[in-house]
Amino acid sequence: MRALWSQANPGFVPPSSADFNFEPIFGNSILFTKPVLLVFLSVIIAGSFFTLSARKAAIVPSKLQFAGESIYTFIRNELGRDVIGPEFMRFVPFLFSLFIFILTNNIFGIVPLIQFPTMSHIGFPIGVTIFSYVAYHYVAIKKHGLGKYVKDICFMPGIPKPVYLILTPVELLTYLVTRPLTLSMRLFANMFAGHLLLLVFVLGGEYLLTSGLILKFLSLFSFGFAIGLSFFELGIQALQAYIFTLLTALYIAGALADEH
Amino acid sequence: MTGTLAIVGFGLSTIGPGTATGLIFAAYINGVARQPEARSILQPIAFLGFALAEALALFGLVLAFVLK
Repeated sequence: MRALWSQANPGFVPPSSADFNFEPIFGNSILFTKPVLLVFLSVIIAGSFFTLSARKAAIVPSKLQFAGESIYTFIRNELGRDVIGPEFMRFVPFLFSLFIFILTNNIFGIVPLIQFPTMSHIGFPIGVTIFSYVAYHYVAIKKHGLGKYVKDICFMPGIPKPVYLILTPVELLTYLVTRPLTLSMRLFANMFAGHLLLLVFVLGGEYLLTSGLILKFLSLFSFGFAIGLSFFELGIQALQAYIFTLLTALYIAGALADEH
Repeated sequence: MTGTLAIVGFGLSTIGPGTATGLIFAAYINGVARQPEARSILQPIAFLGFALAEALALFGLVLAFVLK
């Protein structure tokens, strides 16, 4: 692809996955790159925001308290109560922190001067996925016992025997491989694609700006598109945080259910 | 002319998820139009289906980069 581009217009280098690699900020350790610092930053931001919003709890809420509480209420009602059912209160803290952590890290993608969604590095979504993977297996094993849980997965009740030949491997694969794989890949790929899209328009605009007079005007369109797409990305980023939490809640609900 | 077929393949592979996403939201709009009070029930289902269908397109994108 790069060869094709460089033949047509030698100056422009289209963004690629190489643009996602960062130099270590100090030293040689990969533990001190921009994405890692952003994760710490996200924890500090989210932590201080919700501490501040909950500190002076009043019956007539301040604006800050209202903002914090409406996010909490949204997670508790829409994702906890409506999806998990009567036992939802145990899982609300987990779902809430999951949602806020992913949301903050995603939104970094369009915050000026930061402009890098942490989750576009596959390692971070995998780390978050491990939490929900362990959570839904643990909940199920604690509720049903290991033996019954494995039996429920492998041999769904009320199905003719020959069907198990196909169903058992598929179900096992779903629970052990497909679910965590799709969970992490969905988040990663969305953020990766979104960041790449923005890079195409911003770098394209930058390149147009350095070329001939007529092309300079066209760069306005490119930058305009980049700004418009930033808002589109905001929607995608919030949606992906929501989807990730929704799926985790659904898996936990499935683990709690008496029959699959 | 040089380039990679992976990008073309990715373009083709988006047809399926694109159609699927369209169908999901068409069904969602239909449902809400017929019964506006069902909106809050239909919304998570629609977005869940959207996310599941869209994931396939994004896998294609990742593969287009991986298999370069």
